[in-house]
Amino acid sequence: MTIDHETLTAFAKTYGLIYMMIVFFGAVVYALWPSNQSKFDRAANSILEQDED
Amino acid sequence: MISQLTKTERETALFLTALLTLSGLTLGLLGRNDLLGYHGALLAVAGMSLTFLLIKDYYKPEPDPDNRAKYYDDPIKVGLVLALVWAVIGMIVGDWVAWLLVFPEATFDAGWASFGRLRPVHTSGVIFGFGGNALIATSFHVMQRTSRARLADNISPWVVVVGFNLFCLMAATGYLMGITASKEYAEPEWYADIFLTIIWVVYLVLYLRTLARREEPHIYVANWYYLSFVIVVAMLHILNNLAIPISLGHAKSYSLFSGVQDAMIQWWYGHNAVAFFLTTGFLGMMYYYLPKRAGRPIFSYRLSIISFWGIVFLYMWAGSHHLHYTALPHWVQTLGMTFSIMLLVPSWASAGNALLTLNGAWGKVRDDATLRFMMVAAVFYGLSTFEGSFMAIRPVNSLSHYTDWTVGHVHSGALGWVAMITFGSIYTLTPWIWRKERMYSNKLIELHFWLALVGTMIYVFAMWNSGIIQGLMWRAYNTDGTLAYSFIDSVAAMKPYYVARAIGGLMFLAGAIVCAYNVWKTAKLPTVTEYTPDKPPLPARGRPSAAAQAAE
Repeated sequence: MTIDHETLTAFAKTYGLIYMMIVFFGAVVYALWPSNQSKFDRAANSILEQDED
Repeated sequence: MISQLTKTERETALFLTALLTLSGLTLGLLGRNDLLGYHGALLAVAGMSLTFLLIKDYYKPEPDPDNRAKYYDDPIKVGLVLALVWAVIGMIVGDWVAWLLVFPEATFDAGWASFGRLRPVHTSGVIFGFGGNALIATSFHVMQRTSRARLADNISPWVVVVGFNLFCLMAATGYLMGITASKEYAEPEWYADIFLTIIWVVYLVLYLRTLARREEPHIYVANWYYLSFVIVVAMLHILNNLAIPISLGHAKSYSLFSGVQDAMIQWWYGHNAVAFFLTTGFLGMMYYYLPKRAGRPIFSYRLSIISFWGIVFLYMWAGSHHLHYTALPHWVQTLGMTFSIMLLVPSWASAGNALLTLNGAWGKVRDDATLRFMMVAAVFYGLSTFEGSFMAIRPVNSLSHYTDWTVGHVHSGALGWVAMITFGSIYTLTPWIWRKERMYSNKLIELHFWLALVGTMIYVFAMWNSGIIQGLMWRAYNTDGTLAYSFIDSVAAMKPYYVARAIGGLMFLAGAIVCAYNVWKTAKLPTVTEYTPDKPPLPARGRPSAAAQAAE
């Protein structure tokens, strides 16, 4: 099989798309996962706890 | 500074400055018949000066070992001061070239004073000199505080700060001599590019090592933004600057790519420099200093994560919108346009997240010019990302491209967003790291705020007007199908707007000078708060030598 423009475009349009969507949805699911909420609340407030600062 | 280093560290530093001197001498010898020789000399002189500084303080007593249990703020101070020095230089040159467009004959018949050589001094000076130093300095602060860990070692922060500024110096002096790779925002030649690559890898490794030692279980979101800036800029810089020098003794090199591929890689670089240098890095700044100053946690931490991945995934593909109506394949242009429009979603999510954080603290925004700087930055971020998505649409681009509208867009982002968030962060950070109760003068911050805001407005409105007039004049036809205006007609029509732009820029520059003065006076105030964190940071490895400990 020769690797030409068509091959690369086909790859980009299929596996490239699927891989990007999986990673992106992974990030969204991680961000919205209910049990992560408390962790995020703690992180958001952590920077305010130091007095300097 | 040097008295804060242990004996071993002073020796390591001496080794590095000797290496710098030697590299400079080698480069100077190889390039003795070329402009390259000057940059070799520059590096050698810098290396020797640093060596003398080190030798002068070499026998000073070693630092108190207890200092190692504190945060390491010296490199942050130096970085902030250098950021302001570059801001003033870069903006003076910027305003100079703005007047040069009004009075084009003001070049004294000297090559170095021509628009083509001075303009990159302005762009590199403000983007890399001012923005880059501010990003490095604040990232050193944010990574330590959010990790509750001291910087991983005491040498590499100096390598980053000193090395990065030497790169900026090589860039600016090179342009004046006529050294350029002719790639916008990537003008420095091959040897400077290699030098920056080494510095940047040290920066990345330092960041990762500091995070790896963190006491906090969760990596605060600002670090993600800063890290994307460090990693992606490395990737962009290396790929776009792949080039072969005509010989090791010459500054000139030729890109590995040619034709439309070269153009595509350049604008993939160029637009992602906007994305990962001028956006994600400064978003990192915003996600730390804005909540701190407002005294409120970020409105939605979840949204900050989602918009992070949105920005990272979408920006990467948007660069081809710089090449509408060129030899670039049509589908690649369409791809860039589509991704640019989608980018509006995570961009507005970030801007909205910042503004909603302030919801409930509007009283503070009214009273505190520092917080107001950050609020206005978020508004300008929202405005200029909307404008950017709009201008990336192909038919809109047919009107806006090659006109001053682009210049206006860039400055609404650079002055309104990047510089404003930086000034807000500088005013927040300065009293903390110099251990003062407050800034020297709140009135001067207020003055700076209004100079910056009014200056930006004048600038942006002038460029919108001139850009749209240019675009319309260039596409106006007579009934017989000939062009209604010659090019020089459109140039003559620009004069009033160029005057207005130069005045707006002058106001912005005046504001930056006020800021530099205020920071200087603050550093001179008596130190009133010796800050000791409740939870001491994880100390650095590399304990002071036995002699110093025995002396205790």
